[in-house]
Amino acid sequence: MKYIKAFRDANLAKMIADKIAAEVNDNQPYRLMEFCGGHTHAIHRYGIPDLLPKNIDLIHGPGCPVCVLPIARIDQAIALAELPNVILCSYGDMLRVPGTQQKSLLKAKAKGADVRMVYSINDALAIAQKNLSKEIIFFAIGFETTTPPTAVALLKAKELCLNNFSVFCNHVLTPVAMECLLQDENAEASVQLDGFIGPAHVSIIIGSDAYKKVAERYQKPVVISGFEPLDLLQSILMLVQLINEKSYGVENQYTRAVKPQGNIKSQALMAETLELRSTFEWRGLGFMPNSALQIKSAYRDFDAEYRFPLQMSQGQEHKACECGAILRGVKKPQACKLFAKACTPENPLGACMVSSEGACAAYYAYGRIK
Amino acid sequence: MSGIKRRGALVDVKRGCVELSHGSGGRAMMQLIDQVFLSAFDNELLAQKNDQACFNTEQGRMVMTTDSYVISPLFFPGGDIGCLAVHGTINDIAMSGAKPLYLSASFILEEGFSLMDLQKIVQSMAAAARDANVKIITGDTKVVERGKGDGVFITTTGIGVLAQPINISADRAKPGDKVIISGYLGDHGVAVMSKRENLSFFAPVESDTAALHELVATMIAAVPDIHCMRDPTRGGLASVLNEIAEQSQVGFMIEENTLPIREVVAGACELLGLDPLYVANEGKLVAICKSADAEILLAVMQKHPLGKHAALIGEVVADANCFVQMQTSFGGKRMVDWLAGEQLPRIC
Repeated sequence: MKYIKAFRDANLAKMIADKIAAEVNDNQPYRLMEFCGGHTHAIHRYGIPDLLPKNIDLIHGPGCPVCVLPIARIDQAIALAELPNVILCSYGDMLRVPGTQQKSLLKAKAKGADVRMVYSINDALAIAQKNLSKEIIFFAIGFETTTPPTAVALLKAKELCLNNFSVFCNHVLTPVAMECLLQDENAEASVQLDGFIGPAHVSIIIGSDAYKKVAERYQKPVVISGFEPLDLLQSILMLVQLINEKSYGVENQYTRAVKPQGNIKSQALMAETLELRSTFEWRGLGFMPNSALQIKSAYRDFDAEYRFPLQMSQGQEHKACECGAILRGVKKPQACKLFAKACTPENPLGACMVSSEGACAAYYAYGRIK
Repeated sequence: MSGIKRRGALVDVKRGCVELSHGSGGRAMMQLIDQVFLSAFDNELLAQKNDQACFNTEQGRMVMTTDSYVISPLFFPGGDIGCLAVHGTINDIAMSGAKPLYLSASFILEEGFSLMDLQKIVQSMAAAARDANVKIITGDTKVVERGKGDGVFITTTGIGVLAQPINISADRAKPGDKVIISGYLGDHGVAVMSKRENLSFFAPVESDTAALHELVATMIAAVPDIHCMRDPTRGGLASVLNEIAEQSQVGFMIEENTLPIREVVAGACELLGLDPLYVANEGKLVAICKSADAEILLAVMQKHPLGKHAALIGEVVADANCFVQMQTSFGGKRMVDWLAGEQLPRIC
């Protein structure tokens, strides 16, 4: 904890905040997107906007693995959980996300489906080994951070011939989503950005070089940032300096964890078991080519999409829910009519209000005093 | 629903069913209690929404409370379900300032449950009651079929007596009052979680389970006019402050820097993505008193072994929204909201 406290030092924060204030040009907007929901929560939990000049606008991005999963996939997961003889294992955050007509895995569980919250896919493997007469399905979601453990579990399941174990794979890719946000920057429905606060944990896996292409193509600065509040302040300072210099490219604030090449071993494990999907739907961003991963045919025995008949679902969002625009950074949570009225953490109507990384949940939990 | 204000969204009785979040001490639980139980049992004692009820008899004022215990695992570092069932109910009595006298104990046992474990639990209850100078004077036992229970569930009901003019109630917090916590936050929750089947990790921390009535007696002797007192069990400090804020129609401003949290508990919470403000305690209390009484109260608490690490953590403020806010050690300000659903571990 001593190590952690060092990254939350109020005096240092004041020093960096003063530097930011000195660097900022008063008549220029600085529109910075924190891609990751983890960053959004850290920003609000520590009250970082209070420390920044008014013309720095922090815009939350789509980097919340729970939020970007389209409602159709949630409906499919619920249908899988309701199959006889199935135990569906999921990360905790996923359980409360509403599907069509506000159904959720937690509600399915209360009605009798065997849904188990696990901390790690290893727990799901252990449940499979203990319950050989049952079908264990792991609801795999997340960006590149949670993908390597899924790859390892697939390898392990094959090695152990664990034929009652399968993975419902929903892993998605970060740089593709960044590109998608920038693609039609002039379109009315797109967000205007001057730079990115780049993901922390994702970058440990894929490396800072992975953002070079998008940074250069769209001429934006990307600063990879750690999750601690001082990391964020320092990254914002770096972005302000880059924007002032009119330079673009990738810089790495989170050098204590992120390498340019990333974690090569993890990348090899993913390449062994997973491959690009031709297209995948994201909530808010629509169908994007090559934006997600699927299980390779050599591991098809462990692929829930092949093992079970998947229910085709249209997936109906709540009509007034603005999760889509919020995930694109076009709207702030308070701009949604449902925010803090019909949609609250107890009764979430959209995914962004559920997850510990969701933008609406962050604004609701920490921001309503503003 | 005379005198009972509905909080938040309507419970969907027609289509809904009981979910785990209805038991986690957050807003969902409050809504269920308000809309299903309070509206049906409606009376002025219940409407005060304290963890116990105080009522007059010809012989004097009495206090009654009841609580059920369903913890998993049954045995954890620093305690077990047995002593917890005694301490928890004594504490609910004690939070009114009353002296606990008698307990009842009801057991729901699952077919197949080990008698050795049952005996261990019962002996632990007996020892806890003896130490607290409280007698278990009536009880009941039921056995349910295998699979219809989870080993053992215990319900204890407690009765105590209250010396006259004391009036400690969650609706008495006033702007300017000070907030004191009796010691380290989160020990119980982290100790229990460290032994959960799917989450074993090593954390050298024990549950703080303890009977607090003697600490309370010394507090009242020094400061008879304590305004509110509550034990931050399930849902933690954050939930207790939000409950009091609503019942007293005030807000809170607490200082993160002053919160007593052990490094090991802070570290475990950091790792699991939990907020120690929402983690359960079983041997702590929050007291709210006039600013002028705060130093005296803090001093007597710190002299008692169960209040050694007591700290002044903030104050009551006027706020029509009844928000609980915290001045963060980082220099910002944030809300400390009701717990929504269960505290779930984060993904990445």
